Amino acid sequence: MTKEQRLQKRYASEKRFKSYGIISICLALTFVALLVFKVLSEGSSAFVKTSIQLELNFDHKLLNTSKQPTKEEIEDIDFYDFTLQHILKVFPTSNRDEEKQLIKLFTSDFEFEVKKYFKANSDILNKVITLNITASSDLDQLHKGNYQRDIPENRRKISNFQLKIYDQLLEKKKINKVFNNYFFTNGDSRNPEIAGIGGSMLGSFFSILVCLIISFPIALLAAVYLEEFAPKNKFTDFIEININNLAAVPSIVFGLLGLGILLNVFELPRSTSLVGGITLALMTLPRIIIPCRASLKAVPPSIREAALAVGASKVQSVIHHVVPLAMPGTLSGTIIGLAQALGETAPLLLIGMVAFVVQVPGSPLDPSASLPVQVFLWSESAERGFVEKTSATIMVLLGFLIIMNSIAVYARQKFEKKWI
Amino acid sequence: MVRPLPIVRNEKMNLLIIIFIIAFSVTCFFFGKSQIKKIASINQFKPKALPHFYGFYLSLWCALPALLIVLLWTIFEPFIVKYFIISSLEQTSSENSEQLNLTYQKIKSFYLGTFGGSAPDAIKIGAAKYASFISIAQNAKIVLILTTVIGFLLIAFKKIKNNIHAREGVELIFKIVLIVSSVIAILTTAGIIFSLLLESIKFFSQINFFDFLFGLEWSPQKAFVRDASVALTAEQSKELGKAFGAIPLFAGTGFIALIAMSVAVPIGLFSAIYLAEYASPMLRKFGKPVIEILAGIPTVVYGFFAALTVGPLIKGVGDTFGLEVSSESALAAGLVMGVMIIPFVSSLSDDVINAVPQSLREGSYALGATKSETIRQVVLPAALPGIIGSILLAVSRAIGETMIVVMAAGLAANLTINPLDSTTTITTQIVMILVGDQEFTSAKTQAAFALGLTLFAVTLILNFIALRVVNKYREKYD
Repeated sequence: MTKEQRLQKRYASEKRFKSYGIISICLALTFVALLVFKVLSEGSSAFVKTSIQLELNFDHKLLNTSKQPTKEEIEDIDFYDFTLQHILKVFPTSNRDEEKQLIKLFTSDFEFEVKKYFKANSDILNKVITLNITASSDLDQLHKGNYQRDIPENRRKISNFQLKIYDQLLEKKKINKVFNNYFFTNGDSRNPEIAGIGGSMLGSFFSILVCLIISFPIALLAAVYLEEFAPKNKFTDFIEININNLAAVPSIVFGLLGLGILLNVFELPRSTSLVGGITLALMTLPRIIIPCRASLKAVPPSIREAALAVGASKVQSVIHHVVPLAMPGTLSGTIIGLAQALGETAPLLLIGMVAFVVQVPGSPLDPSASLPVQVFLWSESAERGFVEKTSATIMVLLGFLIIMNSIAVYARQKFEKKWI
Repeated sequence: MVRPLPIVRNEKMNLLIIIFIIAFSVTCFFFGKSQIKKIASINQFKPKALPHFYGFYLSLWCALPALLIVLLWTIFEPFIVKYFIISSLEQTSSENSEQLNLTYQKIKSFYLGTFGGSAPDAIKIGAAKYASFISIAQNAKIVLILTTVIGFLLIAFKKIKNNIHAREGVELIFKIVLIVSSVIAILTTAGIIFSLLLESIKFFSQINFFDFLFGLEWSPQKAFVRDASVALTAEQSKELGKAFGAIPLFAGTGFIALIAMSVAVPIGLFSAIYLAEYASPMLRKFGKPVIEILAGIPTVVYGFFAALTVGPLIKGVGDTFGLEVSSESALAAGLVMGVMIIPFVSSLSDDVINAVPQSLREGSYALGATKSETIRQVVLPAALPGIIGSILLAVSRAIGETMIVVMAAGLAANLTINPLDSTTTITTQIVMILVGDQEFTSAKTQAAFALGLTLFAVTLILNFIALRVVNKYREKYD
């Protein structure tokens, strides 16, 4: 091999080596892009729902009530029967089976929608009003184009008869897409069209709140102690080793801790965001202490010395000068820690926050789910209506994480002092 | 018999008490601050600290002991009430301790109004007793807290009158609070070890330790179908002892982690090298955070992606080549987990590579080496211990990862090395056993804690070694 050939070979290998790096980075980026694309393409349709225009004649005779009904009488009105009569008029048929199929095009909750509307607008008595009634999940999926129409009827979720009604309604422009308010306000449900993340969002909110209240003060105080006051001895070393190791312990172990201690020994209520919050706080604590210490360390010693020189005590110099100067760093570390806690699922599974909860929780002591757990629960469900909801929940979750992380980055860049 | 309703629910009571204590101590702050001036002018002395320290002194001595009592009371009250109820039950019935415990739970749920169905009279009487205990406890608590608050207030006030060093007193309390906060990390570790050991010891009293560690068959459902009240025959207990062999789980965990590492190590390492050595400052500033986004995505999202996109994709590809692919293949879980771990490898390796001093590189260039030769033969060997440390950290991450494997890996404990087959992991089994109804006397439930203990021990050792290695070599050349 001549000298030139050898040089050529070495340069070729140089190029190859460099390209491995580029390929690796591109692979990682491709994966992020794929994931985002998949979630966006699948989930965005869940923010709208299909609804059917239904003409309702609020005649007091049809409602089977008096001309000027009192509140009790309104409560007694059978809206199910009332709405049913109008639904059946949409596509008159005498076949009982076909009637059932027609009713199944509407959400199972239609009576509550009508009742709610009626109670909110009491002046509509004896008038004819056109209302948008939420369609069933199957019609919703059909309208969004997720169901194939040309496969045999027995493999379809929607029958030929229902297709016929759908086409007719479409022709009359009675089917439209509206904003899916249920997705943000409702709790979980077995029916995809009325299932929402309202309950799990509140559950997440409560557990993160509990987590913040417990972990932030303790983490800040612990960081102040270790960075400013702790003498260099074996005990301090032991605390530090503990904190570093706890930060790397798998999250599921904290779930076992919550189950074994909080639920079994202290008998706190299962499935609640209080227990979830405490468990998450124990997990987040070391992950907040570490950045808090780093930002305390970044405050130059001259600040402390200046305070001491004008007669402040050690505690005063720390409380009045060091901690306020380190605040941007500690706050952004806390927010990043909380963002991690928000996305955490495994420990919550073990303390029972996977329960099927229809009720929207009112306090941290009510059983609830959380956003990531909701993703887990819905992803196990085979129904087409839940697939888009799972992706949409991921979008909401990622949205919160992006907001929290951007606040953390912004807070640090805007308020942190650069010491030279 | 009518259930006597509690006057105020315990949680609300606590909240009220805490609000009272805080409000009172805030008042004490202003009281102390204004009083010290008066006292000083009457007694003709100069206060030894600024007025607000006297305020703090007073309010801290008011609030802290009382809050501590509330905390301890809330923690220990249930145990004490339980002890009294059970000892009163013991006098009248001949049940063993386990049944007594069950009766106690029934009484409690009847008292809280969550008892389903109609309760027998014994439970109703018990509930009445329980209610009376609770109301006695509640009254006692209020009295105790009032006396502590007022007692400590008087003591502190007397000390203020004697013109003590208020600032030193306040600072001492502050330091104690600091120490207590940092000890919580130790308490958490102790709590983890305690809760894991508590159930694991029960487990190992039924199942031989070596049968667990080296057994080849994992079928915990065998313990579940058994009626707990019937004693085991020798043959059954032998069979049960064989049902908890954790080798298939260890193998599955290791196998999936291996697949993950074979994705994460090359990609992570090469991107770290590229970003540290080749990339322009601009690209570096942009590329590093983008790769770290991968670490910020919740694992449940990866699990969703693995189960609903990657798994079916691999199955589809395998089917076209005529391979038999399980829909819950180890490959899908491993690949996605690998992607999740990339930033853990790349970010730490990047730090370590950057810590290699420039002089080493320049020496190599001076000898005529190309950039890649320098990296391969000089930079990487110098950074190797740190890189190994970061890989160890990533391995511990992979072993402890839960959601991806729960959603994408299988449940059956197969001992296999075929990546297209389904296999299970330690974390999957823990979740499967503990989600849903649990029978805490069953060996199956306790097995989850034994698995957790194993997981904790393994990750602790890995982390410990890795952290030491990384910290040692990160600054070695400075």
